[in-house]
Amino acid sequence: MGLLDKHLGYRAPLDGIRAAGADPFNVRFDAVLSPTEGMLDGRQVILLGTNNYLGLTFDPDCIEASATAVREWGTGTTGSRFANGTFAGHAALETALASFYGRKHAMVFTTGYQANLGGISGLVGRGDHLILDADSHASIYDAARLSQAEVIRFRHNDPEDLYKRLRRLGDQAAGSLIVVEGIYSMMGDVAPLKEIAAVKKEMGAYLLVDEAHSMGVLGEKGRGLAEAAGVEADVDFIVGTFSKSLGAVGGFLVSDDDNFDLLRIVSRPYMFTASLPPAVIASTLTALKRLEADSSLRLRLEANAMQLWEGLRDMGYAVGPHASPITAVVMPDQAMAVTMWNALLANGVYLNLAIPPATPDNRPLLRSSVSAAHTPQQIETVLSVFEQLGQEFGLLKRARRASA
Amino acid sequence: MVELATDLTVREVARAAETVLGRTVQVTHATDIARDLAVDSLALMNIVMELEDRFDLSIPLDRLATVQTVGDLSELINKLRVKA
Repeated sequence: MGLLDKHLGYRAPLDGIRAAGADPFNVRFDAVLSPTEGMLDGRQVILLGTNNYLGLTFDPDCIEASATAVREWGTGTTGSRFANGTFAGHAALETALASFYGRKHAMVFTTGYQANLGGISGLVGRGDHLILDADSHASIYDAARLSQAEVIRFRHNDPEDLYKRLRRLGDQAAGSLIVVEGIYSMMGDVAPLKEIAAVKKEMGAYLLVDEAHSMGVLGEKGRGLAEAAGVEADVDFIVGTFSKSLGAVGGFLVSDDDNFDLLRIVSRPYMFTASLPPAVIASTLTALKRLEADSSLRLRLEANAMQLWEGLRDMGYAVGPHASPITAVVMPDQAMAVTMWNALLANGVYLNLAIPPATPDNRPLLRSSVSAAHTPQQIETVLSVFEQLGQEFGLLKRARRASA
Repeated sequence: MVELATDLTVREVARAAETVLGRTVQVTHATDIARDLAVDSLALMNIVMELEDRFDLSIPLDRLATVQTVGDLSELINKLRVKA
C-alpha cells in the first residue's frame, strides 16, 4: 500500500502507451539545434509541437540581452518580489506590457499557469461567479478551485449558451467574471469574441481573455484576438504568457482597473513564488520589442499555418475549422493516435500526442504547432510524412496531393 | 413525496449521463459516479451541464466536491431547486 495507489488506474493505460514505442509524455531531446530542429536518439527531428510561434528562442538579440542580464544581475532573484524586491527588469517589462496593450497596469507572473492561477483567484472569490468556457485550459480550472468562486461552465465557443447560463443567474450575473481563450490550445479554434463581448456588456459582467496562444499571432499589432476582433475596449483583463510567442517562460495580467496594485498583496500564486530570473526578463523584453516592431514574423507564421492546415485537410485528415498556428489532426482511436505519433517520430517529425480528458469531445489528437521559423520545405516534408503514414495505416483513402 | 422527487431526479441524472457518455447506464442512489460509471472529472462536468439545462438550474462546480454517488448529485439538485 502506498499513497500513490489511488492513481493505479492510470498504470495500465500508461504502460500500454509506453509499450507502443517512445514515451510521448517524457520525450528527451539530446540537443535543440534551432527553433525548428532537435536531436532525439541521435536523429534529427523537425519540431512541430513546441508553441514557438515566432521562433524567437534562438534570436541573437534575445540571447544577447539574456546573457548580459545574467552577468549583470546574477542567475536568479532567490525569492518573491514581495520579499526580495523588484529588479529593474521586472518593472521595465511590466511597463512595456502595459504600453503594448494600451492599459494602465501590468503584472508579471513566474509562469503562464500561475498568471491564470494568480490573476483569476485574485479577481474572484467566495460568493463571486466565475463563468468558464467548457474547454478552458487546466490553469483556468485550477484557478477556479483556488478562488472558491461559484463556477459555471458554458458550451465551448457558444455565446448563446453563455447568455442562457448568465440569465439563469439572475441578479448575480452582473459582476460575474467570464473567462475565454483567444486561441484554444488543443484544436486551435478561435473564440467568437465579438459575440461574447456583446453578451458580457448586456449582462454587466467582466471579461478576461487568455491570449496565451494568440499573442503575437492575431491582430494587426499582434495583441491577440481582442485586437483582431476589434473589442479591446470590452475586455477588462488580458492574461498571457512568455513561453510561446516570446520564447521564454512566465506570464502576465494587464488591466485598467485602478485598484490593480492590490492584486500584488492578495494573489497568493504571485506573492509566494520566486520571481522570474533577470535573464528570462531580459530576453522576454527584447522579444516583445521584436514582436511589436516586426510584423513579418506574424505573416510568415500565418503562411506556414495555412500551408500545414490546407495540406492536411486536402489529404483528407480531420482538422480544425480554420487554419491556425495550432493544427490538430483527429485520430479515430487512441491506439491509432499512439501508433501514428510513434511513426511520425520515427520519420523525423515531433509533435504532441493529446489524449482525453485533456482533449475536447474525448477525441485523441495529434497536435502540431507551427512557427514563423519553419521553412516551407520543412512543412512540405511534414506533409509528405503524414501522407505516407496515412496511407500505410489506412487513414487516407488515396493519394490526393501531387507529390512535391 | 420527497422520495418520489429524488427518484425522478435520479432518472434525469441517468439520462444526462447517457447523453454525455453515449451509452446506456443503470443507476441507483448508491451508484458511485467515478467508480461504477467510469466517469472522469470532465465527463462529470459535462453531465452537470446537461442537468443544468434539464432542470433550468445553475449547479456551481464547487458544490460537486461532496458529490460521490448519484444519490448525492440528486440531493444537490433537489436542494438547489428548492432554493431557486
